Amino acid sequence: MLWRNFLQRDRVDEEWREEMEAHLQMLIDSFLEHGLTPDEARHAALKRAGNLTTRREEIYRMNGIQWVDSISGDIRYAARGLRKNLSFTAVAVLTLGLGIGANTAVFSVVNSVLLKPLAFPRSEELVDLAQVAPGAGGILSSRGLGLSPSMYFTYTEQNSSFQSMGVWTSSYVTVTGLTEPEQVFANWISDGLLQALAAQPEIGRLLAPADQVPGSNESVLLTYGYWQRRFGGDRSVIGRKIFVDARPREIVGVMPAGFRIADTPADLILPLRLDRSHAILAGFYLRAIGRVKPGVSVEQANADIARLIPIWMRSWPSIEGGHTGDALAEKVYRSWRIGPNVRPLRENVVGNVRSVLWVVMGTLGMVMLIACANVANLLMVRVDARQSELAVRAALGAGWGRIVRQLLIESMLLGAVGGTLGLAIAYGGLRLLVRNGPSNLPRLSEIGLDSHALVFTSVVTLLSALFFGLIPALRYAGPHVSLALRDGSRTTSPGRSRHRARNTLVIVQVSLALVLLISAGLMIRTFQAMRSVSMGFEQPAALETFRAVIPRELVPNEEQATRMEQAIAEKVAALPGVTAVGFSNALPMDGAPPMWDGILTEGQSYAHDRPPMRLYLNVSPGLFSSLGSKIKAGRDLTWTDIYGDRKFVLVSENLARELWGSADAAIGKRVRSTEIGAWREVVGVVEDVRHSGAQEPAPAVVYWPIFGQIPWAPVTAATRSVVFSVRTDRAGTSALLNELRRAVWSVNAQLAVANPETMRETVDRSMARTSFTLVMLAIAGAMALVLGFVGIYGVIAYAVSQRTREIGIRIALGAEPRDVRKVFVRQGLGLCGIGIVIGLAAAALLTRVMKSLLFGVPPVDPVTFAAVPVTLLLATLAACYLPARRASAVDPADCMRAE
Amino acid sequence: MMILRTLNQGPMHGYAIAKRIQDWSKGELEIEDGSLYPALNRMLTKGWLKAEWGETQNNRKARFYQLTPTGKKQLEAESTAFNKMIRAIQLVMRTS
Repeated sequence: MLWRNFLQRDRVDEEWREEMEAHLQMLIDSFLEHGLTPDEARHAALKRAGNLTTRREEIYRMNGIQWVDSISGDIRYAARGLRKNLSFTAVAVLTLGLGIGANTAVFSVVNSVLLKPLAFPRSEELVDLAQVAPGAGGILSSRGLGLSPSMYFTYTEQNSSFQSMGVWTSSYVTVTGLTEPEQVFANWISDGLLQALAAQPEIGRLLAPADQVPGSNESVLLTYGYWQRRFGGDRSVIGRKIFVDARPREIVGVMPAGFRIADTPADLILPLRLDRSHAILAGFYLRAIGRVKPGVSVEQANADIARLIPIWMRSWPSIEGGHTGDALAEKVYRSWRIGPNVRPLRENVVGNVRSVLWVVMGTLGMVMLIACANVANLLMVRVDARQSELAVRAALGAGWGRIVRQLLIESMLLGAVGGTLGLAIAYGGLRLLVRNGPSNLPRLSEIGLDSHALVFTSVVTLLSALFFGLIPALRYAGPHVSLALRDGSRTTSPGRSRHRARNTLVIVQVSLALVLLISAGLMIRTFQAMRSVSMGFEQPAALETFRAVIPRELVPNEEQATRMEQAIAEKVAALPGVTAVGFSNALPMDGAPPMWDGILTEGQSYAHDRPPMRLYLNVSPGLFSSLGSKIKAGRDLTWTDIYGDRKFVLVSENLARELWGSADAAIGKRVRSTEIGAWREVVGVVEDVRHSGAQEPAPAVVYWPIFGQIPWAPVTAATRSVVFSVRTDRAGTSALLNELRRAVWSVNAQLAVANPETMRETVDRSMARTSFTLVMLAIAGAMALVLGFVGIYGVIAYAVSQRTREIGIRIALGAEPRDVRKVFVRQGLGLCGIGIVIGLAAAALLTRVMKSLLFGVPPVDPVTFAAVPVTLLLATLAACYLPARRASAVDPADCMRAE
Repeated sequence: MMILRTLNQGPMHGYAIAKRIQDWSKGELEIEDGSLYPALNRMLTKGWLKAEWGETQNNRKARFYQLTPTGKKQLEAESTAFNKMIRAIQLVMRTS
């Protein structure tokens, strides 16, 4: 087989033609030499050569491949057909393009987020080393129980299943010594972490074990983004010093682009410098990553850690300077029931978006089905119109396989064009998503079209083309084609059986659309419920928040640090338009690491059980009035209380109710946080605040003074990282932001303003998952509604056009236009009704899957389940009414004349 | 085989091949010249021949065919097979 012969067949044929021509000329020449006249010579030569055209055709066929030839013929024929019927083609291609585009886009997201391995070498060996502790109550974060430094030492030294492991934590730090002071996000890492991730520096070196030794020279790694932003990618930064929290640190290396630990983007990477000699059992603030040895399974790693937990409990003191094997501490930690929860790192990174993404993927799959049903419907209408053409072809001897092939090729061609359009749509959509997507969608930056997505698109396109192509093909090209010659005659209304397939498709469409619209409706209701929940603070849009940190290196004295924070608050309060200012270690939903501990009430014995964990927050006077949280009983703290070290505390209303029955009853009661701590008097009760987001119930909170003796140890300390809450109508403006910066610098030029944000933005961010799901489902629902509308319209319009003569006769016989309209509207509503019934049943089952995404609405929400079918019925009514009106306007005379 | 045999003497264009075969068979074989070309095409695709455009003595453009090494081998194989067959036929004819 010579490819040239096949691929450039026309050129090759041309060569043969030339050659044969030359041959003929030579023959003529030779005959002329023999003395024949030119005419005779030509004659003789032609006779001698034989039928050269037939020979050429023979060669042409020889060089071709039979089936490719006939298929390419079919494709050309199909393309011509599609070009001729532009409106049909446009609708079909657009429908498919939207469907395929949406699916490709979402698949790319699912693929990048859920399926693709993490961007670390041999990332399947990486595990997230988390722990569960069902008895530990509120101390747990969504990730379970973190590691304490002592756990890190025990695990890293005594495990038998990890090649290397390390821990890290994150915090804001202030960088000075460059331009203006800046707050940046830093990851503090222990030795072993970068080794586990198998990271390589872009330039310079990584952190070495020596960097982790307390007291040695301080070093810092830059991430690629920070290096580019602050140093313009200058390679000579290695060895330069920057001040991090007022302490000089030498830049030893830069990490490569895209490097991040788990999914925590950071600007700086700093050595954690855990100090063995100060390690105690507690302090579960570290996250850990390990790389298992080859062949070690997750279960083995879990078993290994489970073995080490009791060893850890006996190896460390419970308070600094205490002795190991503290029986009381061991009792406490045993009651926590700490267990290992080693999981592949990827699962941890992906976290809770898994369910969202699968729901979205499922919905868009349904949209694709609806789109396919629609195109199948359109194709059927089209094939219907070509009944006689097909019948004639069959009569001329085309086997039905051949006709099915022709029809399938047509739908494949449609699919291919639609798929191409879909790719373009997906590409655009993804660019949009990456730019505007929810920032808490993990691995957002990795999302893009790749070869997997392309394969997916091709498969979807092929399958859907098969699906929507086979339905009409099998219906019309079946063995009964010959019937069509009879049935297709123009004087009878078509038989009922011809409509069955199309009606089924419409019913499927309606029921799928209903399911999608109900899902979207549930999300809208969830969103409403979340927006209308009383958060415990007022007008979040008029509340500006920002964080500031006062490093110990800058202000060693604890009270001085607090007085500096108070000074900032007073400066800010003096700004124009600011009505109230307060600060705390954490504001609702700001993601600051929470602190949990038990609370002991006076007169209660805790010999047998530990008190449940409560959220502890350090608050300044005036915080609640700036937030707009009401004091339900008693009073707020004052600065005199705080600097006078008066043992006061505030509690949340739900805690007061739980412990003493009512808010008023709480005033004057005494509590303490540990058996050895001093008693503190409850002076005020604050309205419940939803600290963990609208979806979570308000936690029971103990509001501790911002400065004074800390809850768990007899130590007086300031809260050095505080977030300010500023009540002002100018929240969110850059003018206010500049004034805030100046106010902070006027107190101390070394301080930076971090994370300025209005409370509205904070709340919206905490609802990003819901709003993302909502937007995706709303898009899918809208597409389904439009497609369903087009589907019903198409079916009714077609029925009308097929029955024009019948209608003409009816009208001629005296039927009212109203009656005629009724016939078609009733047909449409009937189909829609069946679809709705099926859809409702399916939705009742399917919405259970969404349960974890819903808030404040049951999966079978009566409002949604009533409103959506009504909407669909109205849409159907509109879709039927348009063609029905056309039907009733039929002029009987015209239609008779047309015969 | 006849074509291969003809070309064994050197490159030749279609007309010359047809003429040569006719001359050899002294007009006994009444074949149309045209039937030569499908055969040539087949041998080209099989790689037994290669073709090049050139000029004839009368300054006409024509394609000259030439045996490739595979073509030569094929010719040898075919002539052996043919000779064997002829010998077999002769043997059979003689013994009967």
